Amino acid sequence: MHIPDGYLSPSTCAALYASAAPFWYVALRKTRKLLFTRLVPLISVFAAFSFVIMMFNIPIPGGTTAHPLGVGIAAIVLGPWASILALSTALFIQAFFFGDGGITALGANCFNMAIVGSLAAWLVYRLISGRSAITSSRRVVAAALGGYIAINCAALCASVELGLQPLYFKNAAGAPLYAPYPLSIAIPAIMIGHLTFAGVAELVVSGGVVAYLQRANPGLLRFTAPGVPMPEEEAAGFARETGWRVARPLWTAVGLLMVLTPLGLLAAGKAWGEWTVRDFSNPAVRQQITTVSGNVAPPAAAPSGLERLSTIWTAPFPNYSPSFVHKPAFGYMLSAMFGIGIIILLSLLIKWLAARARPGPPGAPARTEET
Amino acid sequence: MTAAKHSGRNGFLERTTASFVDAMEHAFYAEQTARADGLLQRLDARVKLVGILALIVSAAAVHRLAVIGGLFAIAVVLAALSRVSFNVLLKRVWIAVLLFTGVIALPAPFITPGQVVAQVPWLGWTVTSQGLTSAGYLVLRVETAATLCVLLVLTTPWNHVLKALRVLRVPAVLVTILGMTYRYLFLVLQSAHDMFESRRSRMVGELTGSERRRVAASSAGVLMSKTFDLSSEVYLAMQSRGYRGDVSLLDEFQVRRFDWIMLAGFALISAAAFWLGR
Repeated sequence: MHIPDGYLSPSTCAALYASAAPFWYVALRKTRKLLFTRLVPLISVFAAFSFVIMMFNIPIPGGTTAHPLGVGIAAIVLGPWASILALSTALFIQAFFFGDGGITALGANCFNMAIVGSLAAWLVYRLISGRSAITSSRRVVAAALGGYIAINCAALCASVELGLQPLYFKNAAGAPLYAPYPLSIAIPAIMIGHLTFAGVAELVVSGGVVAYLQRANPGLLRFTAPGVPMPEEEAAGFARETGWRVARPLWTAVGLLMVLTPLGLLAAGKAWGEWTVRDFSNPAVRQQITTVSGNVAPPAAAPSGLERLSTIWTAPFPNYSPSFVHKPAFGYMLSAMFGIGIIILLSLLIKWLAARARPGPPGAPARTEET
Repeated sequence: MTAAKHSGRNGFLERTTASFVDAMEHAFYAEQTARADGLLQRLDARVKLVGILALIVSAAAVHRLAVIGGLFAIAVVLAALSRVSFNVLLKRVWIAVLLFTGVIALPAPFITPGQVVAQVPWLGWTVTSQGLTSAGYLVLRVETAATLCVLLVLTTPWNHVLKALRVLRVPAVLVTILGMTYRYLFLVLQSAHDMFESRRSRMVGELTGSERRRVAASSAGVLMSKTFDLSSEVYLAMQSRGYRGDVSLLDEFQVRRFDWIMLAGFALISAAAFWLGR
């Protein structure tokens, strides 16, 4: 997801530097106020950690490995603002020193991964974890989903940025000057990899690290759990074995989510009240409106106010961009998600059946020895 | 159990260690070439930063393939004058970019709409001139920008690159953070490397999928705890040396006549590229 130089037009890069700048400014002000003299050592060393985490190979189901971004745990342990600073620093060194991601595209990469990623991860984590105890397994699920959603939000931003290039930047003959693929190809091409491999790697790291910290170093989770009492020493140490036991329902949830996503996107009909001007003249849609409105027939023509207003604002993705929903490329993405969801669910089922068929864990002492 | 099987099942440990070693190697090589006696090494870091950034921006902005090609040729000449080995550029930049961006650009000639110039026999796919140009733009731009970026890093000690950032009005506190990150990067890399090495040396059997994931996630967790301990130690060390939160950087750069000439050269090349490549 590190966009190199040459994929984005200079104007897009400038716009994304400009969009990232206020976030950097606020992040610097906020963390400085909070950490004061600790700011420099904490952010520096944590940025180094983020950099190293991006080099980890995370084994994911199916035998392959993928690199995580570490944005989930950064946002959970440091909070969103310090996480923005730490990740941006890591991305800067990657771009300048290791040539991973472009220099002109650094604003875009920081915007997608450090800013959107940190904020999304933190929001999801806080929303799901609520006021649960530091060692509760709910926090592991919250962290895992936070990481998964964060990296996918970041990937979606990147794919939209790349997909917009051929729309706006072409030479006189019509050849795209930068990333050549339109939204209908860029979005599925990038999102398939992130909804599956990269997303799962992020999910494993975020959930796994939180599960580990709950056992080994719960103090690190305190910052983004204000008002939650710290557990007793023994509860944090050995007595509770949270974390990986909750992994199974989590996988089930992800599998189900993947299977169900296409259903949501392809659901027929229209939401009540979301009719457009054209719908009023379409007999089929008129019938639908009548049915869902308690058999009250809609007016014969669109209300004049609606007609006038509808021309003022044309959203960049009218109707959630049905033009590419109906294209084969998007269909591939949906079927890929559907397929992977089914694979996860099936492998869980097989594991569960295999575990039931086996009498007991191989390492367990045999009962006959006692008698 | 055979060694090959072992490395297959638990390959994530080996692959991770290999990428750590690769990063360290890159840094050592960069330090080595930055000390060599070449054209770019003799240049003031600020002039070099501004000049190379200008060239990268022009490579990203121009609309003519020939002009991007010209900028690439200039980058190659600069590399030769700065004693950067072509072998390293070939391996680290040119082939690496071709493997990534080349593969991404590959379908473009077939799916970009436009004037058909050729047809693939049997398959019936059409190749458009717009698609070919577009793939050319992408690959050439990325190659040029990546070569220039690598040149900057290979010919400048990293702390000079950072201090030069002050010219671009980057706040001093961020420059300090970047410098310290780079310094502790290798410490964290080393300790991650050691963790994975010792884990590998203690393993005799195969790990199951979930065990492998637990090893990876717990290693990340241990590393994070170590990171926090390290940051506390660094903080105490800084405090004991009188750090009160104010950052000041020493500015030992001096712009000589040679630097002014080179700055003018960079400006001229960028302006020419912009004008020719409109």
